[in-house]
Amino acid sequence: MPGTLWVIAETGADGRLARISAEVATLARGLGADAGRDVAGVVVAPPGIAAGAAEELAAFLPRVLAVEAPAAATSPAGVVIATAVARMVSGDPSACLLVGASSDGRDVAGFLAAMLGVGVLTNAAAITWDGGPIVEKGVFGGRLVTTSELAGGAGIVTVALGSVTAEAAPAVGRVEMVALPDGAPSGTPAADLPEAPPVTVLERVVEAAGAVQIEEAKIIVAGGRGMGSADGFRVADELATELGGAVAASRAAVDAGWIPYSRQVGQTGKVVKPEVYVALGISGAVQHKVGMQGASTIVAINTDSDAPIAEFADMFVIGNLFEIVPALVAELRARRT
Amino acid sequence: MKIVILAKPVPDATGQERLGPDLRLDRAAIPPVINGNDEYVLEAALRLRDAGADVSVTLLAMAGAFGPDALRKGLAMGADDAYLITDPALAGACALDTTRVLAAALRRLEFDLVLAGVDSSDGGGGIVPAGVAALMGLPYLSYASAIVPEGGRVRVRRISPTGYDLLEAAMPALVVGTQALGEPRYPTLRGIMGARSKTITTWSLADIGLDAAAIGGEPTTTRVRSVRSPEARGSVRVVREPATVAATQIVDFLVERRAI
Repeated sequence: MPGTLWVIAETGADGRLARISAEVATLARGLGADAGRDVAGVVVAPPGIAAGAAEELAAFLPRVLAVEAPAAATSPAGVVIATAVARMVSGDPSACLLVGASSDGRDVAGFLAAMLGVGVLTNAAAITWDGGPIVEKGVFGGRLVTTSELAGGAGIVTVALGSVTAEAAPAVGRVEMVALPDGAPSGTPAADLPEAPPVTVLERVVEAAGAVQIEEAKIIVAGGRGMGSADGFRVADELATELGGAVAASRAAVDAGWIPYSRQVGQTGKVVKPEVYVALGISGAVQHKVGMQGASTIVAINTDSDAPIAEFADMFVIGNLFEIVPALVAELRARRT
Repeated sequence: MKIVILAKPVPDATGQERLGPDLRLDRAAIPPVINGNDEYVLEAALRLRDAGADVSVTLLAMAGAFGPDALRKGLAMGADDAYLITDPALAGACALDTTRVLAAALRRLEFDLVLAGVDSSDGGGGIVPAGVAALMGLPYLSYASAIVPEGGRVRVRRISPTGYDLLEAAMPALVVGTQALGEPRYPTLRGIMGARSKTITTWSLADIGLDAAAIGGEPTTTRVRSVRSPEARGSVRVVREPATVAATQIVDFLVERRAI
């Protein structure tokens, strides 16, 4: 049906459906009901992965198309997914495409915009429907919220992590395996685009520090300049362990080499949306704020009573984190028993 | 080796933004700087040259209202020259327009590598470089924490959710880099002085073969309907107590908010 709302899914390193895709699917299902539009998902992944991830996505959507793309095993996902999706939707200029604002999702959106010649709204924190998707997002580090629309109500929207809580549909949808011919779809700008030489994945490396994905954590304990050293992060580790959370950091701590970049929250790191964010020795510059202001509860501990984080924390504790955090760990243990 | 850096002039993150009547950024009202993430890829290019490679570094920027001031810092850091596409019609250009303009400009430049930052500090969409690669048929290697060009090919470590992927492609190619490339240098006094004599070439849309009527102005694909301030968080609870008392209050607070 014309004007279908498409959810473009992504898979993680483990081949499972990414959390953000389940959220985007939940959001799209609600929009489809409001708009009276069909909603469908598409999974483009290597053979052996596509079908399973599509089954997972079908828990959230009435219809999911699974495309087995051998190229996805040896090339970065973005261009492979975008090429397949461009072919599937090229006959429907009123289609709306929703994809997570993750690394792969942004790559997909960028390629698709150029391939289809359509507009993109990015980092949607919330979407409503009025003739098309109406997108709210924070700009300038969250100091302003804009509401935007796509011309003609059609195009692409990238959706920020945590826009909604993923919720399965009442009934499981059906999965269709789809075979796509190679090459660019005719009748779109993509047909005239020069073909790019391939990008090859030589190796996929799993790092110990990368095994923890801070985007997935419900509780985050983050350390900043006030941690003082790599050793200082031990207190953050202890608190995170006690709370069942993950350790993250501000840019200052990453630049100092105390913790790897994969743990960085903020403008140049990751955007997280946990239930609890405990900020230790983090001043709260706007570049950090943009990565964590979506947390439900923010507790900050800082020696500096003038730290900007006081302006957007829910609880601001003035004091020495190396005294307070061990006391906090002891208090949590005492209450557990 | 010729490297072109896509450098976006953005409002200084420490300043106050103002919006124009079209609810888009009033870019003339704020002193611009080069987008922070673009400085990381500029630094990566300069380090290749420091390591002894024969590298020329060119900045390419698109701006509606901003003048060339933002580019001077990049030249002072060590870039050799700069091109600024500026045209009244570019005010309010959407991402697709921006993509088309940058691709049209790149077709007029020689390069082995195009480098871009992962996203911008103003809009933060992070989608333009992929579109530029698609329009130009360039291999696209994104989220780089290391960039190694060698023998006509480029290898990139692409940050993945669990580590990194090692990617390789033939040059010319477009690489999107992250902060993990390493801290950008500060311009030296000599660099600042030297930047004054470096050339910033200004191009209009007509200069790069585009029709101003088809780009920008009335935005072609997206429109801002309204702008508001975010809802304020509830009032902050401030605690200034000895450690054990503070610890008890924190746990009480988390329990009260049903956070633990």
